[in-house]
Amino acid sequence: MKVGVVVFPGSNCDRDALHGARLAGAQAELLWHEDTDLHGADAVILPGGFAYGDYLRAGAIARFSPIMGAVRAHAARGGLLLGICNGFQVLTEAGLLPGALRRNTTLRFEHRWVRLSVERHDTPFTRGIPAGQTLRLPIAHGEGSYYLPDAELDDLEQSGQVIFRYGPPEGNPNGSVRDVAGVTDASGRVCGLMPHPERAAEALLGSDDGLLLLRSMVESAAQVEAVA
Amino acid sequence: MTRFCFSIAIMPREGILDPQGKAVEAALPQLGASTVHGVRIGRRIELTVDADDASTAREVVEKLAAEFLANPLVERWAIEEAQPLAGIAG
Repeated sequence: MKVGVVVFPGSNCDRDALHGARLAGAQAELLWHEDTDLHGADAVILPGGFAYGDYLRAGAIARFSPIMGAVRAHAARGGLLLGICNGFQVLTEAGLLPGALRRNTTLRFEHRWVRLSVERHDTPFTRGIPAGQTLRLPIAHGEGSYYLPDAELDDLEQSGQVIFRYGPPEGNPNGSVRDVAGVTDASGRVCGLMPHPERAAEALLGSDDGLLLLRSMVESAAQVEAVA
Repeated sequence: MTRFCFSIAIMPREGILDPQGKAVEAALPQLGASTVHGVRIGRRIELTVDADDASTAREVVEKLAAEFLANPLVERWAIEEAQPLAGIAG
């Protein structure tokens, strides 16, 4: 079971994601943005950072990277795809996830610990998270305020695509509508979230809650591989 | 081929919170400008298109604006054929 971590010019959480995927039990490899194939990766992570300097809008230019063709094809085949922070922004700009990530309503770069509630436990990214458990993860972003118009957000909630929300005690750090911290696509196999599970993947970092998410993804992808 | 210059003004949609505009507006009373309201902050993009005629050039810009330069979910935009602003270009 292999995880590919895409490196865009300006990615800065790629090594952390690589390390996190390995802690979760996967082989892991960095994939250069100019590559046009995924080197056999069973699951793909778009990591955090500032791809292409966040010019124009965060994630807007990264979607044109050569590797994104292979990433799209991977998602279309039902391959698991996780976007973390800037990776989430890339996925929304690429149209692979619904919504947009705007400037934090606080106008500040928010860099701190948050608490997430897990809205669903039957997705490939959350199946290993015990019911009722919240996740303590760090955020570090200036443009993480999730937005979708009300009616579309109603639909998204009804179809179970909102899988993470900011909750107490810290609450919503960036003004995201309805406290949304992470969503999936309609298939449930493409997921994006602003908090960083890879920065909370071992107790030494202050929390290993992120490992639950990464391990869920790795184990889900391994199952698919075993069936195939 | 002729060169056509355009400017695209991109603004946050109505109803979308514009925290930059709010922050600027909150600072205005310190200049005695407490009569000023409704500050919204967007961006302006200038570009030049080589095309046979103005309408072909505009079509190119409209496509770029909708698919890339603006995010239709949170921004609206207006395209004008224009000369680059003297003293600002470059």
